[in-house]
Amino acid sequence: MNVPADLMYGRTHEWAREEGDVVVVGISHYAQDQLGEVVYVELPEVGIGANAAEELGTLESVKAVSEFNSPVGGEVVEVNERLEDEPNLVNEDPYGEGWLVKISGSTAGEDLLDAEGYAAMIEEESA
Amino acid sequence: MHPWIGAGEEDRRRILAELGLSSIDELFSSIPAEVCVERVALDDGRDETAVRNELISMAHANLSPECVPSFLGAGVYRHVQPSVVDAVLSRAEFFTSYTPYQPEISQGTLQVIFEFQTLMCQLTGMEVANASLYDGATGLVEAVLFAHRLKRGKIDRVVLAETVHPMYRRVLSTYADPAGLEVVVVPPGDDGRISAEAVRDAAGDNRSCCVAIQSPNFLGIVEDLPAVAAAAHETGALAVQVIAETVSLGLLAGGGAHDYDVVCGEAQSFGLAPGFGGPHLGFFTCHEKNIRQMPGRLAGETLDDNGQRAFCLTLSTREQHIRRAKATSNICTNQGLMALAATIWLEAIGGHGLRDVATASLSRAEELKRRIAELGGGWKLAYPSSPTFNEFLLTGPGTGDELARRLAEEGVLAGVAGHRWGGSWPDGLLVAVTERNTAAEMEAFLDALGRVS
Repeated sequence: MNVPADLMYGRTHEWAREEGDVVVVGISHYAQDQLGEVVYVELPEVGIGANAAEELGTLESVKAVSEFNSPVGGEVVEVNERLEDEPNLVNEDPYGEGWLVKISGSTAGEDLLDAEGYAAMIEEESA
Repeated sequence: MHPWIGAGEEDRRRILAELGLSSIDELFSSIPAEVCVERVALDDGRDETAVRNELISMAHANLSPECVPSFLGAGVYRHVQPSVVDAVLSRAEFFTSYTPYQPEISQGTLQVIFEFQTLMCQLTGMEVANASLYDGATGLVEAVLFAHRLKRGKIDRVVLAETVHPMYRRVLSTYADPAGLEVVVVPPGDDGRISAEAVRDAAGDNRSCCVAIQSPNFLGIVEDLPAVAAAAHETGALAVQVIAETVSLGLLAGGGAHDYDVVCGEAQSFGLAPGFGGPHLGFFTCHEKNIRQMPGRLAGETLDDNGQRAFCLTLSTREQHIRRAKATSNICTNQGLMALAATIWLEAIGGHGLRDVATASLSRAEELKRRIAELGGGWKLAYPSSPTFNEFLLTGPGTGDELARRLAEEGVLAGVAGHRWGGSWPDGLLVAVTERNTAAEMEAFLDALGRVS
């Protein structure tokens, strides 16, 4: 599984990347692999508050619907509108074009894992 | 206790002791006394045939629509019942099948659901129909919860026409009150219809998630559907049409033609005989853009590996067996067997047949209205100038309850008391007429009215 070293990870399989004063959020390669083909992404409204480790939206695959949580606290400043027509980007490029939301704030002080810690967690989960 | 043999005296005593109860009656004490029947007076120690004969002779004391003229309606209607409905329905392949959890292996079941959905879309003019619901009341509940979800759970007011079936309204309040929804009831005007102004006033700007109206309404009157939808949308609310008599769709355009966001209701009229409390058949239709908030499941048409037509479950990911507490609905089912009955019924009589059934119901009701208007004797149409489909409110010398009872003594099931569940309209009889009511039955009805004055 691809676990980029420069990202931080939530325990519910979201990644977070700081870009200036916003945090870009997506789901990990492992998470998209577990979900299977994503057919619909339900994103939050821009402007709403996000709480760390709380539900932000849902990802629907062929067989199930799962929530994704916000790895950080802040305000939703942008959502990936391309996912409306191309939800498969979450599968094809989970760390790039398949990002989900941008949240104002930072990863500092949040309860997140580094790449090594996350890799260990999914190894344990899939063992 | 043996699993296949009923509990004996000793078992009952132990179960009651465990529950801390002194008698079986105490176990059922939450059932109101007024709905309980006293013990049927049968002697002890008689053989099965003798008991059966005695019960049959007791049952013959009932007035049944099968043996006396019946004009009962109020949400349950008696229409033609081609034999093919029960014949196909009773096939074991359908009859004993439950909602498939490995759906694609049950191609016949999925095809039926797909055809049911297609028929409901064609009739209501909507884009998507789900695989069915319990009944009209839960159809209304689901529509309201659907609208609430579409407004992201932030807009808690629901505007509800008082002329939506009172039982549906009661079921809605069961769900709405604990969910924190505020239901504002709009009474009908002097013409028995809901006015667009009243809807607008009750809804307020961006204060209501939906406006729900029934047409034909509980009084049988056809509502001004376009005006009410426009009023709802002006205030930012969704427009919901409830239908309790789906045969009306043989003549009247469904809400899809009038910009409704949901058309839902009760499809008992399509091939389900009237019974004590059911089973009934709920339906729910909406627009494709909103299907992810639609309750229940959706069957779709696809191609299999060999490129042949096949059916699949297109949408079930938000159902309760997958989503648990986060499902779009925890009170819905695919009422599969009833949906099958409706599908066979509609396909057996066809589009022209449905129009014929609707036309006969309407024209016989109009004929009866005309004859009643000439009758005098204190009998009056409560809303003589309002358009009705196959049901109307009739007032006479007495309350609705009294009139129903006195006419039953004359050998006619003349209608349902219009105030049975309350209401701001005149107290009278709701009289329903269908193609099943013969000319002779209508004469018997008029004769009975003549004797009760």
